[in-house]
Amino acid sequence: MTLDLTQFHDAFFEESFEALDSMEAALLKLDLGAPDAELVNTIFRVAHSIKGGSATFGFSEIASFTHSLETLLDELRSNKLQVTSPMLDLLLKSVDAMRDMLRAVQNKTPIDSQRVADLQFDTEAILAQRTTTAGVVPAAVTAAAAQQGANATATTNGASAPVVTAPTASSPSAAQDAGASASAPAVAAPPAPPAASVPSSRQWKISFRPYPELFARGNDPLRMLRELAELGTLGVEASFDSLPAFDALNPEKCFLSWSLELSGSVDEAAIREVFDWAEGDCELEIVEVAAPVAAAAVDDDIVNHDLIAEFDAMMAADAAPKYAPVAAAAAAVNPPQEEAVNRRAAEEATEPTIAPNPHPETSKISKSEATAASGIGDSGSIRVSVEKIDELMNTVGELVITQSMLSQLGKNLEGSASEQFRMGLAELERNMRELQESVMRVRMLPISFVFSRFPRMVRDLAQRLGKEVNLVLTGEQTELDKTVLEKIGDPLVHLVRNSIDHGIEKPDVRKGLGKPAVGTLKLDAQHRGGNICVEVSDDGGGMNPAKILAKARSRGVIGPNDVLTDAQACELIFMPGFSTAETTTDVSGRGVGLDVVRRNVKELGGTIEIRNDVGRGARFIITLPLTLAIVDGQSIAVGKQNYIVPLISIIESLQIKQGALNRVAGQGEVFSFRGDYVPVIRLHEVFGVEPRAHELHQGLIVIVEGDGRRVGLFVDDLLGQQQVVIKSLETNYGHIDGVSGATILGDGSVALILDLPGIIRRAGAGMRAN
Amino acid sequence: MNQVATTTEPSHGAEQFLTFVLGGEEYGVTILQVQGIQGWDRCTPIPNTPDYILGVINLRGAIVPIVDLRRRFGMPAAEFGPTTVVIVVRVATERSERTLGLVVDAVSEVCNVNAEERQPAPDFGAGIKTDFVKGLATVDKRMVILLDIDRLVSEGLLGELSVH
Repeated sequence: MTLDLTQFHDAFFEESFEALDSMEAALLKLDLGAPDAELVNTIFRVAHSIKGGSATFGFSEIASFTHSLETLLDELRSNKLQVTSPMLDLLLKSVDAMRDMLRAVQNKTPIDSQRVADLQFDTEAILAQRTTTAGVVPAAVTAAAAQQGANATATTNGASAPVVTAPTASSPSAAQDAGASASAPAVAAPPAPPAASVPSSRQWKISFRPYPELFARGNDPLRMLRELAELGTLGVEASFDSLPAFDALNPEKCFLSWSLELSGSVDEAAIREVFDWAEGDCELEIVEVAAPVAAAAVDDDIVNHDLIAEFDAMMAADAAPKYAPVAAAAAAVNPPQEEAVNRRAAEEATEPTIAPNPHPETSKISKSEATAASGIGDSGSIRVSVEKIDELMNTVGELVITQSMLSQLGKNLEGSASEQFRMGLAELERNMRELQESVMRVRMLPISFVFSRFPRMVRDLAQRLGKEVNLVLTGEQTELDKTVLEKIGDPLVHLVRNSIDHGIEKPDVRKGLGKPAVGTLKLDAQHRGGNICVEVSDDGGGMNPAKILAKARSRGVIGPNDVLTDAQACELIFMPGFSTAETTTDVSGRGVGLDVVRRNVKELGGTIEIRNDVGRGARFIITLPLTLAIVDGQSIAVGKQNYIVPLISIIESLQIKQGALNRVAGQGEVFSFRGDYVPVIRLHEVFGVEPRAHELHQGLIVIVEGDGRRVGLFVDDLLGQQQVVIKSLETNYGHIDGVSGATILGDGSVALILDLPGIIRRAGAGMRAN
Repeated sequence: MNQVATTTEPSHGAEQFLTFVLGGEEYGVTILQVQGIQGWDRCTPIPNTPDYILGVINLRGAIVPIVDLRRRFGMPAAEFGPTTVVIVVRVATERSERTLGLVVDAVSEVCNVNAEERQPAPDFGAGIKTDFVKGLATVDKRMVILLDIDRLVSEGLLGELSVH
């Protein structure tokens, strides 16, 4: 029993976070008027599995919270409660709370128990409301029905009586349990006599033999039996055959198995669903019985309802549902006389059950079939850590270098075998390229990973700001590198907030403008060449260039007489600290944001542009490289050193004539490039290396763009263009100004990749220092 | 390349050190941090770094910085000769583990140093920094200076560069 559960923690957390995401998504899709049963089931399942898991791992706070939640969801699932808007809010908040709790447990930090308690209180308040309004009446009815049932069968339902009075425990969850347990036998009992007269009802025999580890997976047989009882008239017979002596009893293992008889208008799928979670942890056989065994079933019911009631009583007294399995086991051990009576009665009553199956072929509902059915939703994927993929990438990178070494060697080979060798090399090169591309694809993830957070965010924001926003997501399956994906999230959040806060108007304003009251916010992603374009657009008011200009003038961002085009004016919103919002809200308007967005996008090697349509909305278009791992580079030479310049930032390379250079203030060098004066940065000065060319006309000028500025980079020579794999310098060293990374060339040597904004900053600082 | 590491078995209570020569002095680094030894080859200089950072090399796909220990300790620079080697070590910093190469004059041996053979670093006063000296040991009547490379790195070898 020294099974170390901690090894499963990571998997549990990971799965739970994912499950919570899907629960959130389902909640957001939930239609208040007519909730889709499948969605409600999804939501319920998440709560159920997290409860089970956290109970197994001993995260009692999470288990207790999710239990309340589960109870509420169960009510929704069985249509006893209707989903209301406040309830939806509560459920969403619960998702957040569960996420935070899981994170807290994961990081071993304390849980915010006040918040959890508040939410739990709210949840239970809703449940309590239900029991005071709708709940009381059925309780009375069921009591009467139970009475009736008892009379009809002339057997005292004595054992179930204490159940109703037993729970004096103060915990509300115990009360719920008691409530549920009190109704369980009552609901099950009365339909028994009329069952015979309803021909549409079907008879099922279910053999449920859990493996001993059932409890460890967070399953609770009692709940399953109770669920079955709600489907129709349930006959239960527990088998104690494998129950060990009390001193040998391991309370964490399940030694009981059950033969069940269910009659009612249920189909097999509904029954299977009850056992959904025990799938793989039990032997399950479900067989339809042709002729109703009415008389036997009735007797059976009484005996076995006693048993259920007994379990319920034990459980209610125990107050904590996670001990239910223990209680159940204890119940089976404790009252030996009763048990003996039960067993004898059961043996007598259920003889037909034990008798040979009239339809042996139907019992061959094989397990494999069941698992195959449940595995349909599985996309056939595996979980791999990023490190492993990076390792693979590294190895492939190494192979590419080795291969180019061999190619160089092959060129110089002579003789009869050399031709064959070169052919082999060509083959190798092709395969290598394919291998590299495949590995790159492994790192690609659909952008839906980022988009999925927006429905919730938009909903919350719109609600807070009193706006109505319809979010439209397209191109969610567009794939991009995981690293890019991780970094694109924050800029998108900023843009979306911006659109909702500043772009989309309040419903009454919109109506006044002749627009639909509900604003539309679109998020779109698509591949364009080697890049990915992500677009955030809204049908709000757009930006008013005049307003921006006025603001910019008053802030001194631009001079009073500067004339800017509308497009240029819109660019101003990317200036740090610039905001035209009249008031600062907690959502946006502080003027930090768009400059950060642009910086983040630039850091990823991308661009951002605005398409503004005054009065009709704004579009922000972000263009990003698909991957950060590989860049198209231009090799340049300065002295003995080779550097790589990202091709995307090169505008043009040229040689300038002697005397084409002008000096500004005796220091800065500028030259005229297509009518603009472009400053020259001598790379050898910035990097402190000895160049071959000292005079500008001896070398080359590479016009590059960085940080929105154009500069001419003075270098000795241009070498070839190639795709290079970017490697971090920071892993083993640290950040170097003007260098964004390094790469390994075909000969195994290292070349630095230039970071142009960094170089421009550094050169600027140098000039000022002079 | 690595066979030196297996020549001596560690005896009980002893720590194994790889010793190397630097300007006539003998230094030792704990063998557990040594990843490998390789001959000196050219490396790619990194701009605007202290002179003791010679540059970076490609070590099985990783970009690894190379430190000239002579310059680091303020010793006169020497021509790199046939015995000049790079000792690749793994060091723990506050944030992560890093790999770097140390250029030394020559590698000598792997030796066991028992606890009783070790002494703390002498205090030379304020003039000479001995922060990265873990202690002194006597091996075969020779003095070996035991280096604390983690300290060497955290005391500005790489750390101060991030400020640049």
